[in-house]
Formats: sequence, C-alpha cells, structure tokens
Amino acid sequence: MWIEWTLAVRFLREGRIQSALILVGIAVGVAVIVFLTALITGLQYNIIDRTLGTQAHIKVQSPDEVNRVAPVGARVVQLILETPRAQRLRSINNWQQVRDALDAMPEVTAVSPIVSGPALARRGEAVESVALVGIDVARYTRILPLRQDIIAGQLRVGAGEAVIGSQLAHTLGVSVGDKLRLDAGQGDGSVVNIAGIFELGVRELDARYVYLDMKQAQSLLNLPGAATIIDVTVRDIFSADTVAAHIARLTGLKAESWIETNAQLMNALKSQSLSTRMISFFVAVAVALGIASVLFVSVIQRTREVGILRAMGITRRQMLGVFLIQGGIFGLVGSLIGSLIGDGMVWLFNNLGPGLFFIPLSPTLLLAAALLATATGVIAAAIPARRAARMDPVQAIRNA
Amino acid sequence: MPDASQSVLRLQGLRKSYNVGKPNEVEVLHGIDLNLARHDFAALVGASGSGKSTLLNIIGLLDVPTAGELFLLGEPTIGMDDARRTALRGSAIGFVFQFHHLLSAFTALENVLMPLMVAKGKPSAADRDLARSLLAEVGMDAFADRKPGELSGGQQQRVAVARALVTRPALLLADEPTGNLDSQSAQDVFALFRRSNEKFDCAVLLVTHDTRMSDACDRVVTLRDGLILAEA
Repeated sequence: MWIEWTLAVRFLREGRIQSALILVGIAVGVAVIVFLTALITGLQYNIIDRTLGTQAHIKVQSPDEVNRVAPVGARVVQLILETPRAQRLRSINNWQQVRDALDAMPEVTAVSPIVSGPALARRGEAVESVALVGIDVARYTRILPLRQDIIAGQLRVGAGEAVIGSQLAHTLGVSVGDKLRLDAGQGDGSVVNIAGIFELGVRELDARYVYLDMKQAQSLLNLPGAATIIDVTVRDIFSADTVAAHIARLTGLKAESWIETNAQLMNALKSQSLSTRMISFFVAVAVALGIASVLFVSVIQRTREVGILRAMGITRRQMLGVFLIQGGIFGLVGSLIGSLIGDGMVWLFNNLGPGLFFIPLSPTLLLAAALLATATGVIAAAIPARRAARMDPVQAIRNA
Repeated sequence: MPDASQSVLRLQGLRKSYNVGKPNEVEVLHGIDLNLARHDFAALVGASGSGKSTLLNIIGLLDVPTAGELFLLGEPTIGMDDARRTALRGSAIGFVFQFHHLLSAFTALENVLMPLMVAKGKPSAADRDLARSLLAEVGMDAFADRKPGELSGGQQQRVAVARALVTRPALLLADEPTGNLDSQSAQDVFALFRRSNEKFDCAVLLVTHDTRMSDACDRVVTLRDGLILAEA
C-alpha cells in the first residue's frame, strides 16, 4: 500500500489549489450536516425533556370496561344496539404484584402506583375542580422530580397534609399552612393542611393537581387499598412503546406510552428528523459529486502519468487504489475541518445565540461524520479511479 | 553474469490486426520474426504507418498480438494474465519515451526509484544508492533533488534513461528518445544507451527516424508495410 499512498498524497499536494478548493467544499458541507444534526437533536431533546418533565413514560391502567355480548348460534344474524359503558374509577387488580413485576423488568427505571380521581376543592365560597393524586413520595419522585418544583413549603403528604399547584393556590387564595376542604363526592370529604406549593410550569397541572398520601386519597375516593394507575419510567425513552406493549401483554392491563399520548408531537419530531436527514443527504450527494468531478479532472490531467506508471509495472488494482485513497483523504480531511467548523458554530450558538436551549455535541456525531465523509469520498472516487485503472497504457502515453 | 549471447527477445510469426471481426478489420503486422540477444544494440526504423509503434508496444507487453508468439527471456508471454504481464514488464523491460514522462510531483531521484517503488514499496538504502549511482552515470547526480519542471528537456531525458535502467532490465526499449532534443543532447542520450548496453548488459531497441542514429547502431531492423526487410 505504500506506493499507492505515496502517489495519492503527492498528486494531491501537487494539485494544491484544486485540493484546497474541494476540501473547503467538503468542509462546508460537513459543517452544515454536523451543525444541523446537532441543532435538531438538541431541539428535539429539549422538547422531549420538557414534555416528559411532567409525565411518566408509561401509564398502566385497568383495561376499559366493555359490554359483553352473549354468543349466538350459527346462521343467526345478530343486530346490536350498544351504549358504551361508563368508565368508573376502579383499582388495578393485584396492583402490588404488578408493581413488583414491573420493578423486576430491566428496561424499567422507576415504578410508582398512584390513586387518582376527580374532586372539588373548597375554601370558603371558592370551589375548584381538582385531580387528587395519592402518591408514595419515595417512588413518585423517581418518576417526576417534584421536590425541585416546590416553590413554597415542603413536599410532605400524609397525616392530613397536601401539596397543591401554584395556580390552584392563587385561585383559592391559600398559602402554606392554610386549610383546604376536599370533596370527591364519596361521603363527607375531609380537610387537609397545605404543606407545600409546587410549580411544574404546565398551567393545567399547576391549576389542578393536589398531591396526597395514598391512604388519604384512597379513602377520599372510596377505593380502599386501591391503585388506579401505575406510572413507569424506562431507560430508553424511545423504546417506551415497545416496553408498553410488553407490559400490556405481560399483565393484561392497558399500558399507554408517552409516544402514544403525544402522537402529534412525535409526528412533528419525526417529520423534522426526516427533513434534516434529507437535507444532510443532498448536501452529502453534492459533496460526493464535487469529489468525483475533481478526481475526474485529475485522472484526465494525469493520463500520461497513469500510462507511464502502468508501463513501469504498476497494476490496475494499485492504480485504482491511488485514486480511491485520494477520495478517502478528501473525505477524511474535509470532514475533520468541517467538524471543527460545525463545532465552532455550535459553540457560537450555545454561548452567543438566543439561549433558548443548549445544543449538546456528541463525539459520536463527529466520528460518524468523519466515517461517513471518508466512505463518501472513497465511493465518489470509484468511477474516476476505475477509469484510471482501465486506462490502456499505450493510448495513455500516445494521446496525452 | 548473464551470457551475452542469451536470447532476450524472440518473436515468431507475430501478427496484429485492429478492429478484429469488424468490416474495417486491418492487419498492420503480417508475421514478424525477430531475435534480440543480450549484446544487441538495434535500431527499428521505418516510415510512419509501417507498424513500428505497434510492434514496440507488443514487445513492451503493453499490447497483445493477434497471432504468433513472443518469448521474453525464454518465457512465452502470449496468454499471460494482466497481472503477470505487468510484473514481467516491470522487472524485465525499461522504457524511454519521446517525451520523458517523468512524474512532475516527484524529484529526479524519486523518479528514478519509481519502478522499484512500484515493485516493492518503500525503497531501501541500497535502492537509493543504486538510483544515485545511475543518476551519476547519466551525469545528473547534482540534480537529484530537483523536480522535473526545473530541468531542461535533455536533462529530463537523462533522468528517464536512469529510471529505465534502475530495475536492471534485460531489454531497454526507446521510442524516439531523442526526437524532442537538440542535436548535442541527442548525441549525449544516444551515448548513454551505448554505455547501458555495454555496462549493464541489456539489449537495446531504439525506434528512430534519425538516420545518423540508426547508422550508429549495430543492427538496423527495417519495417515496411508490416514486414521486416532484410537487415542491413
């Protein structure tokens, strides 16, 4: 391989201006791909982060109640007029076992059973509809880091204490230490102390969530010993739907992943990724064509030299190698420069840009860009290199 | 020391046609027989269109004949695959062309080393010494580190001769090696071929139009209309 490398490098160095121009072209292309990919990845992670900041990756619930239709005999036509059943609040059967089974799954990182149902919150004349959420604090905070969203008081539930959202506190005019009457329409309701106020940054949640101890929520909702939902987080958020399907098969329960609940968002993200990929692809094609055309010109310029090398005993394979290596060097060096430029652009965006979100730059991306560009260079060089390899030395020497 | 009368090249009934199987098929060589020994110093002459270049290309294993056999160092070459022919060409034959054809990206010394580098990769110290001695032989040792662009036509052709000799070929082929040079440079280069023939024991076959040069050769092979006339 030594002679191929030597010839390739010398040829490139000799055609310095040509080489420099195409390197700039490749570098700009790679910089665009690197920056665009990093930007879109950063943006998407940011969006997903914000979305998942306030919800579990998978919600496991009892399956919907459906009407049972009595089976009919053969050759009987059955007409059904069906009224869908009302979905009452009910517990997940054997939720403790389900919880333990989920705990044991390797792809699951946290499991938190909760009791949740609607209620009215009163203070004096003011009434607000709220969602009661009975939690096990230790488990729940592994799903949703509630502690860091507490803006007043403490995250403390149990013994008649509740944590409510900032919007609700504002509407009812309460603060930490005040009392609140909760009524779920199942008996007398009860009075709780406000131990803390949280702000998740999502208006709907801040206006409606009331966190209680599980036991208290169970008694308010008249579901003793129940858990209505099991929240689950998974290691790889993008595999949430397959894990959810697995859970559903395993338990016979309804398991809904964040990907399903946020189908619109996922669709938008997918379209965005697709357009990024298309832009990257076309930039890569343009770069490849640039490399190919420069090498084509180089092969034609060096027709006579190719001929003389062939006459001197260089093989077709070696000749092929010389031009493939040139393509590879173009790709590699161009992508290194391009990665540096892309890096710089990301740095500028993070430090001097609008500051809306942070773009992380992964070494994997840079490595992938370098590998891809090198491969592109070699592939782009294939046609000109073949032409050089197939050159008839007699013709090459005569005609040049 | 190889036997000076050893056969380097033997052609038997060599024919070459172009456009074989097409209506415009034309035979340019009509059965060539030729023998070259180690000590031979021959000129190949003929009018343009007589088939000189075609014959030279076939002898140089750059082209294949339509019929006949070509023995190089006693080895039959017809039917050899491209890789084997390329290897044999690299080791047994040295080429000098009308236009020197040095590689402009390499120095004179590297150009001389090129056939060795093609054959075995990075040159050894011994290879470099050999190349330097050949450059000295052609009077170019002072220009070893110059690029071809910095040399005159005659100097470039001297380097090309040194390059052709570096593999210690059995056969040195030259196609109008002096056609592009002034008469003084032409004489110098011709003298180099003479010395190569004597000192390095390689058969020399020069294609030339220049009668002064062909007259100075030991043998003159004349080609007319694709046939060899009796040797002078």
